[in-house]
Amino acid sequence: MAATKKTGMQTITFQNPPFFRGNAAVAGPKEGQGPLGRTFDVVLPDTLNGEETWEKAERKMLENACELAITKAGLTVEEIDFMMAGDLLNQLISANFTARDLGIPFIGLYGACSTMFEGIALASMLVEGGFADYVLAAASSHYDTAERQYRYPTEMGVQRPLTSQWTVTGAGAAVIGCEGKGPAITHVTIGKVIDLGIKDPSDMGSAMAPAAADTVIQHFKDTGRSPSDYDLIITGDLAAVGRALTEQLVKQAGYDISKNYTDCGILIYDPVQDTHAGGSGCGCSAVVLNGYLMGEIRTGKYRRVLGVGTGALLSPISSFQGESIPGIGHAVVIESTASLRK
Amino acid sequence: MEQDRAVPSAHETQKKIYSQMVARTKPKPPLARNVTGAFFFGGAICTLGQALLNFYISMGLTRPDAGAAASATLVFWAALLTGLGVYDSIAKYAGAGTIVPITGFANSIVAPALEFRREGMVFGVGQRMFTIAGPVLAYGFISAWMVGLITYLFK
Repeated sequence: MAATKKTGMQTITFQNPPFFRGNAAVAGPKEGQGPLGRTFDVVLPDTLNGEETWEKAERKMLENACELAITKAGLTVEEIDFMMAGDLLNQLISANFTARDLGIPFIGLYGACSTMFEGIALASMLVEGGFADYVLAAASSHYDTAERQYRYPTEMGVQRPLTSQWTVTGAGAAVIGCEGKGPAITHVTIGKVIDLGIKDPSDMGSAMAPAAADTVIQHFKDTGRSPSDYDLIITGDLAAVGRALTEQLVKQAGYDISKNYTDCGILIYDPVQDTHAGGSGCGCSAVVLNGYLMGEIRTGKYRRVLGVGTGALLSPISSFQGESIPGIGHAVVIESTASLRK
Repeated sequence: MEQDRAVPSAHETQKKIYSQMVARTKPKPPLARNVTGAFFFGGAICTLGQALLNFYISMGLTRPDAGAAASATLVFWAALLTGLGVYDSIAKYAGAGTIVPITGFANSIVAPALEFRREGMVFGVGQRMFTIAGPVLAYGFISAWMVGLITYLFK
């Protein structure tokens, strides 16, 4: 039997689009001071969040986002069939430990910073396929936990290059269900791992841009749509450098996205916040999607959005061994219910 | 087999074209500002070192002792400023100006020691405090030993 929901090479078209039932975004203090500060449900007073360690603080933030999304969905923890979550820390300790505390049947995901979109894509498939009524997708990152794992101790006196990005302290969660009022998920395009040889770990935008561009181009080819079919095309955490590169790469394939394309990593911080290229981390697309974007789609500012979660699939070990940085991009089409009815 | 060889070469070309695109798109580091910052902050730390040396000599220490005292004072202040969370803010403007002098060495030990205290005194602080300074120490000792050996053999 042919896969009736598969469109083209990498895209899935939902026949009964699943809905966002509840969304929550919990962000750190720096993110709260940024331009999107008021779109987050909770802004932490400090990066320790009342805990002894930054790792515990990240976990508490993720748990907070999950519980809030479930409450906003009008559901209880027991009613959630499956939870899919991930983070950047070794062995996914934030997601695993949060799932231990919540007690929801759990599937751990690692898609680096693309995890939020990877989770939404998979959760939508579970719901639309009739395998679950409600699935929780979540992701988190924390500046201090990521910095000490991937780069330098936070008090080290180093000059960050202009291409470097700032890991967002934040967690986002979304409850996806077969019925609800929220925006719908109509398509998913699963990305390929693409590597064009970038080795500089302080330039992840350049490393991820080819993967993001590849997914965007493939999405247009698979669906027969063009950039003008979307009110907004938004990538996860390419920031300023990666955004400029993605735009050029997509243009080379014959699609002009310059008019309606931006990146979560650019939106989340103000240039005066001294983050250089912009934001990064699982939390970047997670809080922008579940906070800002959901709000704008609900109020009708955007009716149809192509979101592409982007991830840099490196590890400190692969970097030390001189390997280049592979990237990935997963696309999800989010459409307001009003637009869907037309 | 020929096809196998053709695929990576096309990929290599694509990589090359992309690296040129990245080089065109990437912002250029503000070299003039960075060099000026490093020159003045580095110079200021060295001047402070000289002033401390003169001060300790004037207090009656011998020159080698005064040198050690001046270094210890700089290390103390760098460690304290690291602990207070100020050193990295200065380093943002100073760059190599705060890394190269002995203060940078102090910062590179205190920063990981602070960072990993939550992993305990042995496997946290004890093991991790030399993650950045370790290579400097190891190769410093090796080159000192080699210079010593050469001096011994040829003098």
